[in-house]
Amino acid sequence: MTASHDRKGADVIVVGGGVTGLSTAWWLARAGVDVMVIEKGIVGWGASGRNGGGATHHQSPLFAEEQRLWPLMDELLGYPTEYQPKRVRMALSDAQMDEFRIGVDNTRGQGFPAEWLDAAQVREMVPLAGDNVRGGVYYERGGHANPQRTVQAYAWALQDLGGRILQHTAATGFERRGDRIVAVETSAGSFSCNTLVLAAGPQTGILTALLDSEVPVTPARAEMIVTEPLPLMPIGGVDGNHLYGRQTLRGNLAYGGGPHEWLRPEDDGVAARPSSPLARNVAKRLVELFPKAAHIRVIRSWAGVIENTPDGRPVIDRLPTAGNVIAATMSSVGFGLSPATGRAISQLVLDGRCDFADLSSFRLSRFGNLSPDWREERGWLPPQTDDDDARAA
Amino acid sequence: MARLDERSTAGKPLPVREHARLLVIGAGPAGLSAALEAARRGVAVVLVDEHPVDHALMGLDVPFHFGQRMGGAVRNKSRMIETIAAADERIAEAFEAGVDVRLGISVWGLFSPRPGLRWLHGHVAGLSDGESSWFLSFDAAIVATGRRDVGLAFAGWELPGVMGVTAASTLLQRYEAFDGRALTILGSGVEATGFAKAALAAGREIVALIEVGETPRDPAGCAELAERGVPVLTQTMIARAIGGHDGVESVLVRRLDGDAADAREELACDTVVLATGAAPVIELLDVAGAEIGFVPHRGGYVPLLDADGRTSVAGLFAAGDCAGIWSDKTVDPAIAAAEGVRSASAACDELAGGTTTMWQPAPAAEPSPADEDVEDVRSAWVAAAMTVADAGTHLCQCEEVNLADLLGVRPPRYLSGKDGERNSHDLAALAADGQVSQDQIKRLTRAGMGPCQGRRCREQVGAVLAKATGTPLARMPLPSHRAPVRPLPLSAFAEDHEPDLLARNWEGWFGIASQWEPFWTLSSDAASTEDRP
Repeated sequence: MTASHDRKGADVIVVGGGVTGLSTAWWLARAGVDVMVIEKGIVGWGASGRNGGGATHHQSPLFAEEQRLWPLMDELLGYPTEYQPKRVRMALSDAQMDEFRIGVDNTRGQGFPAEWLDAAQVREMVPLAGDNVRGGVYYERGGHANPQRTVQAYAWALQDLGGRILQHTAATGFERRGDRIVAVETSAGSFSCNTLVLAAGPQTGILTALLDSEVPVTPARAEMIVTEPLPLMPIGGVDGNHLYGRQTLRGNLAYGGGPHEWLRPEDDGVAARPSSPLARNVAKRLVELFPKAAHIRVIRSWAGVIENTPDGRPVIDRLPTAGNVIAATMSSVGFGLSPATGRAISQLVLDGRCDFADLSSFRLSRFGNLSPDWREERGWLPPQTDDDDARAA
Repeated sequence: MARLDERSTAGKPLPVREHARLLVIGAGPAGLSAALEAARRGVAVVLVDEHPVDHALMGLDVPFHFGQRMGGAVRNKSRMIETIAAADERIAEAFEAGVDVRLGISVWGLFSPRPGLRWLHGHVAGLSDGESSWFLSFDAAIVATGRRDVGLAFAGWELPGVMGVTAASTLLQRYEAFDGRALTILGSGVEATGFAKAALAAGREIVALIEVGETPRDPAGCAELAERGVPVLTQTMIARAIGGHDGVESVLVRRLDGDAADAREELACDTVVLATGAAPVIELLDVAGAEIGFVPHRGGYVPLLDADGRTSVAGLFAAGDCAGIWSDKTVDPAIAAAEGVRSASAACDELAGGTTTMWQPAPAAEPSPADEDVEDVRSAWVAAAMTVADAGTHLCQCEEVNLADLLGVRPPRYLSGKDGERNSHDLAALAADGQVSQDQIKRLTRAGMGPCQGRRCREQVGAVLAKATGTPLARMPLPSHRAPVRPLPLSAFAEDHEPDLLARNWEGWFGIASQWEPFWTLSSDAASTEDRP
C-alpha cells in the first residue's frame, strides 16, 4: 500500500476513518472507484471502535438494508465482524415495558417481526435474568457486532480492493474552484479529488464550517463498562433497564448508559475520554438486569466521544455551498447502520440518489432556520466548572 | 437563557462517603514516609494499602504475578492484616502518629475535573474493600503505588509455580505465606539477587539464577550467591517449565550462545521466579490523566514530575517506585522514603495555602552506570523468549494469544471455526499504514484484554510489537489503563447510594426523543412518504 501514497489524490476522498467513512469507501471501491480515506488517528479510534455494537435501528429508513446486509458482511468483507442476529429487550418494570412500545411499533411498521415476551419467556431466553424481570420484547432481526473488529474489517477489505487509507493525517482545509472542492489540505500535503465525503464524526461540524455549510453537531462523552467473560447466553444481544450493550462472543458483558457530558468544541477527542465515577451506576443497572452475574468482575471501563445534531437524526446530504461534497453524520447512532449507510452514500456519490432508501429525512435543509443558540436552548453545554464560576465572580 | 440538559452530567451530585485532607495510596517505604511526614506537620492523612489482597484476586495474579504460590494463610484476611501490620514497624508508628491507616483497601480509580469530567467539583478516589465500593474526596494525594511484575512467556509459564519476583518477595516478607521451596530465578539483577538472599535466609533452596546476558547484571550479588553454592547460568533461557496440576516440577534450560546453543539441561524446582524486570505501577496516574513519559533508566513509563514530585494534575503527587525504578532504589528503601517525605512536604505546603507555581516537569535525572536501560534489558529477555516460544506459548494467558497471533494480528480462536482460518492483515502490513498502537493490537488479538487486566503481558506484548516493527520501546505509545484498575465483582462495584436526581434522569442513550421517531412520520417537508411500508 505504501507505494500508492505517491499518487497525490483520488477520484473520491473520504475524510474520517470511522465506520461511516470506511463503509462508504469500501462500497465505492467495490464499484471500482479510486478512493482514499484520510484519518487523523487510527481507523475506528473514535466512537466507531468503542460503542455498544448494536444493530437494531427500527426508526431509520436504512433499517431494512441494515438487516439485509449484516448477515452477509463477514462474507462480503472477508474478515470477521462477530455479527450475531437477534435481540431481547428486558423490562424490570411496567414503565420500562411501556417504553418498548415505540420500538415494537417501528419494527412492525418496517415489516419486521417483534414479539412481546412475558417474564417466564424472558428467563427462558436469558439465563442471567432474575426474578425481577417483568417482561420483554424479542426481535428476530437486529443484532450486534464487534465495533473495533468491524472497523478493521472495512479497512482491510477496502485496502484489498486497492483503496488507500492515510492514517495519522489530519484534514486542515480545502481548495475550492468555483462551487467545487478540488483538493483536501492535510498535515501530509494536499490531495486532489473529484468528490469529497466528509464523515468525520465530531469534527464534521468544524470541517463543513470551513465550506460555509456548517452541519450542526455538538460532541459529548459517554461510557461503557465490561466484565470478565462468562459462559455464552444463547442470545448475546440482550439489553434493557436503560442500558445498551451486549454479551460479546468472547463472553464479556459490555454495557453503557446514563448521563453524557457535552464537550467544548475545542476539546481534544482523546483528552476528553476519561472513565468516570458513573461506571458504578452502570454496574448497578447491570446487576439489576442480570442478577445472576452479580459475582462477575468488572475489568474495564471506557469512554467515547459522539456527536449529535439538534434533532438527534442523521445528516447525509450534498453541501449547498460545494456541489461535489457530501457530508455525513449519523448523530450518535452510526455503527450498526454502517453497512447500509456506506452503501447509501456510495450511491449518492455515483448516481446522485439512493435507490433503496428514502434519505429525505437526512437533509441538511431541515436546519435552515436553526437558531444560532441551538446548543444553549437545549442545554447541550459543558458543565460549569469551579474555574468558570471563579472567572465569572 | 441557557437551560440545563437534565440527561447530561451537568449538576449531578456524586455521593461521596468521606473526605481526606491528604490521601496517600500505598504503605510501602514512600507512602509510609509521606504519611508520617504529613502527620508530623499536623495534616490529617488517610493512608490506604490494598494488602492484604483478597485470595481470589491473588488467584488472578492481581496485583502481582502470584503464580498460585500463596500459602493457605492468605485466606484469613484478618490474620493477614495483623501479619502485614507487623511486617513493617512504621505501620504501627503511623497508627500512633494519628494517621488513618486502612489495610486491605484498594483504590481503583482517581478522578479530577477535566474535559469529559467537568461535572466533578474536586478530586475523587474510588475505594473498595472487595465487598463494596465508595468514593472518597480529597484535597491532595500522594500516589505511592510501587512496582509490579513484568511477565515473560515460555512454554509452561502458565503452570502454578511460575511467578513474579514482586509477588514472591511480598508473599515471603509481608504475608509470611510463600509456598515455594526450591526456586529457579530468571534474572540476575538486584531484584533477583536481593530476593535470592532473602529466600535463602528463609530456608528456601535456590536452584539457579538464569540470565540471558553474557554477564550477571548484579555481579557482586551473584558472586555472593555463587559462594553460597548458587549457580548463575549466563547466556541461558528457560525453554520450558514442566509439571502437573500442582505446578512446576522442573525447568528445561537452554544455552543461547554459539558453541553450546541448543544444549539443554533440566533443573528440578517447584517454583520459577521471574525477576526479568519490574514496572512502575502507574495505572491510577494514567486514569487520573497525569502526563506519562518513557524514561529508559527509570523503568519505562513513569509520571512526569517536578522536583517536588508533583504530577501534571494539580494536587496529585507521585513518590517511590511508581515514580521510577532503578537499581540503587531497589536496594535502598531510603531513596523511596526520601521521595515520600519530599512530596508530603510539598503537598502540606500547598494545603496550608502556599503558593502553587506553574507546573513544569523536571528534566529526567542523568542515568548512572548502575542503572539498567529498560530498552536493553526488556528487549534482551523478550528476544530470548521469542526464540524459545512455541505455538502453545501464550504471551497473554487470559486470552490465549501466542506470538504468531500477535505478529499475524490474528482474530482470537473463538472466531476460527472448523477450518481454523482467521483472516487478517499482519503486523507488518499494519505498520506500513502508520505507527502501530498496542491498544489497536489489543482489541484485534485480545492480548491484554483478560481478567488480569494485562498485568502479565502488557510489557512483553509491547516489546514484541516494538521488536517486530523496528520501533524503539520509547516510541511505542502507552497502552491505556482504565478504571477500575482492580477487577471488582459487579455487586461490589455497583453504586448503592445513587442520588435520586441521577436515577430520575437516567437514560439509555441521549434522551433525544426525536432520535427514535420513525422516519415515515416526520413532517412532509422533511421526509417523503413514498417508501412507507
